[in-house]
Amino acid sequence: MNLETIKSEIEASVSGCRLEIIPNASPSEQHSLLVDAARAVAVARFLRDAAHLRFDFCSNVTGVDWPSKEISEKIKVKKILDGVEQEVEETRKTQSLGYLEAVYHLYSVEKKHGPFVLRLRTEDRENRAHLPSLTPVWRSAEFQEREIFDLFGIHFDGHPDLRRILMWDEFEDHPMRRDYVEPNDYEYEPTAHDEVLQKAKQHQNGVGC
Amino acid sequence: MATTTYPTAHITPKPSTDGGEDQFLEVSMGPQHPSTHGVFRMNVVLDGERVVKLKPVFGYLHRNHEKIAENESYLGSMPYTDRLDYLCSITNNWAYALAVEKLAGIQVPERAEYLRVITGELTRLQNHACLIGFLMQDMGASGTPLMYAFREREKILDLFESLTGARMMCNYMRFGGCRVDASADWLQQAQKVMEAFPRFLDEYERLLTENEILMARTQGVGVLPRELAVNAGITGPMLRASGINYDIRKVDKYGIYDRFAFKVPLGEHGDVYDRYMIRVLEMRESIRILQQAMREISPGPIQDPKTKIRGFRPKAGEAYGRIESPKGELGFYLISDGSPNPYRYRVRPPSLINLTVLEEMCLGQNVADVVITLGSIDIVLGEVDR
Amino acid sequence: MLGEGILKGLAETARNFLGSYVSKDRLTTVQFPEERLPHIEAARSFPFLVYDGEDWQQGMRCVSCLICEKECPPKCIFIEKSKDKKPDATGKPQFYPVVFNIDVSVCMSCQICVEVCPFDAIKMDVEFELSTNDRFGGLLWDKERLAKSNAYYGKIHPTEAAAVDAQLAEERAKLEAKAKLAAEAKTATVATPPAQPLRETSETTEGSGA
Repeated sequence: MNLETIKSEIEASVSGCRLEIIPNASPSEQHSLLVDAARAVAVARFLRDAAHLRFDFCSNVTGVDWPSKEISEKIKVKKILDGVEQEVEETRKTQSLGYLEAVYHLYSVEKKHGPFVLRLRTEDRENRAHLPSLTPVWRSAEFQEREIFDLFGIHFDGHPDLRRILMWDEFEDHPMRRDYVEPNDYEYEPTAHDEVLQKAKQHQNGVGC
Repeated sequence: MATTTYPTAHITPKPSTDGGEDQFLEVSMGPQHPSTHGVFRMNVVLDGERVVKLKPVFGYLHRNHEKIAENESYLGSMPYTDRLDYLCSITNNWAYALAVEKLAGIQVPERAEYLRVITGELTRLQNHACLIGFLMQDMGASGTPLMYAFREREKILDLFESLTGARMMCNYMRFGGCRVDASADWLQQAQKVMEAFPRFLDEYERLLTENEILMARTQGVGVLPRELAVNAGITGPMLRASGINYDIRKVDKYGIYDRFAFKVPLGEHGDVYDRYMIRVLEMRESIRILQQAMREISPGPIQDPKTKIRGFRPKAGEAYGRIESPKGELGFYLISDGSPNPYRYRVRPPSLINLTVLEEMCLGQNVADVVITLGSIDIVLGEVDR
Repeated sequence: MLGEGILKGLAETARNFLGSYVSKDRLTTVQFPEERLPHIEAARSFPFLVYDGEDWQQGMRCVSCLICEKECPPKCIFIEKSKDKKPDATGKPQFYPVVFNIDVSVCMSCQICVEVCPFDAIKMDVEFELSTNDRFGGLLWDKERLAKSNAYYGKIHPTEAAAVDAQLAEERAKLEAKAKLAAEAKTATVATPPAQPLRETSETTEGSGA
């Protein structure tokens, strides 16, 4: 079970599919395959149905939030300094576009192999946080995709029943996002630390309430 | 095993005589309902006694365990995992320790592996015994089977207490080993408990297995077909009751499970009765594993010396580790960015995913059967809601 | 025959019922406040602070290094470190906690503070009848409420305490030997007082430390 071979097989059978192997540096060596969202369902069906792969059991589905961050890279720029062309090193800061990711861990009950790690990425974290739902392929994704929708805010198109699952329906934010801000409620806590302590002080001074 | 010709649940409800066909009754079962094993709700639409629609509602116990863990050191999440499936804290510890060991490439010494197997299988014994007790309670056998199960569980919990210091929140495993070593005295006690357990199982089976009421209530109820079971990611005794041979102890051979000879019991019909039977048989197999482990355990270190307790920082990367917990596949997915706390921490809860097919299993059945179907899934809300 | 299984089960119940009069194995219930189960040595409830000697303020082992506060998963420990140093039980000047609070309503008895403590200063208690009618104050335990003697520790966890005592004694012996060596080195030049044993009654240690 080589990820490279599976990749080329998918490319051969699902036309126009962009795939990328995401290496995993940890000793677990569970490398993953990034699939472009447009073809994800076709790829999933191939993985499930191909006779020698038969990834019929989608074990774990989860979201990961990768917020945008500042990348500073050093680049060499040619500049004319004092009439002479010189190579000067400059640091350029760029804002990488954040995205949300859905990770699927697939196993095969029939062939007893796995895991095969499938990743899907949204275009951004706000308006275009949409991914195709893989629930039609694996029923086990149903509750887990709902959970991702609830906690991360990825909209799964084609999901049969996309509602909040753990938080209540009126809840607005997505608590598992890294930039989630807790509501400013305060409860007395005798051993307050750090931010809780700050909060406690604020409330004692009558700022909050 | 004797089969019975007693009527099963396939009784068609009498056609209603008054009103039209669309007279449905919506019932909200739970969240405070003794049959739901915690704060769990089912929105059931009924046509007379027959279920036509069922939507599970949960989240009442949600505390965002994953978010807490992401702000906690790797070790700091260990006691929190106890509180996921609070009946089997040791297997929760094991799954988390296994995932971290995969992430950081830690080797576990042999004695620690044996201790993990021994405590893990004891956990399975007490979980299955209790689950059967709860299931009987749901069926109306108020008390007796449950109390028998609790009597036996008590002995196992006493073992846990004298080893780990706590009965339920054991917090026993560490990355690369176990927290405390078992004394020879403890192993002897465990041996005694284990040797007495088959007698209890015989007793339990004499009480239940051939009981006609039990058979009438469970056979043909809550049937889960094979294809749906795999597709819906059902794991553990539920999957095997549907006749699929998939036990992670056999498939992944994590830890030292390849050293033990044991069978994987399989069901045929995938109904509630099979799920009961599978659990009884699994307990017998667990005892076989325990016998072998007790015989083979040898002295040695119980903790990998290279793994630090404080300031543990695995290199950047990710890992998914899973074990066969008593309820099914319990997995932990971790992403490390090289800092002392995980970037992403995810629990794959077997209880939650086994609930996916609850509606399918209950459609067309009577309300009373919904209760036992749910009971046979074996959920713990601490794990469903996290 | 229909009903055979039920009869068999009923026979089993009857046997259990009658058996509970003769077999101890079948009767596990204990009438709690009057009867008590034997105390299990490894049991744990909430942490306490160990002190050596008689005086809890003087003998407290905690040097307020703040490790447990940082590692505590539910963040139930609150420590305020002292600005000055005071001699500990061995006479060595150490920092001490001015405030050491544990909120036992938050504590989840996980024992991580005990594991990370490099000074064997915090240990797990076995006391469990802790109900109080003051929801906040009654469950917020301060330094005084937490301090318990090493003798108490030895009583509740004998094996563990013996190991800890042996280890501490070894460390102290090493220190003593070191001090002796240093003293001998001094003797070479100056006429010396006899080597001061490190562990004595609190008065003398305080005197020597001052």
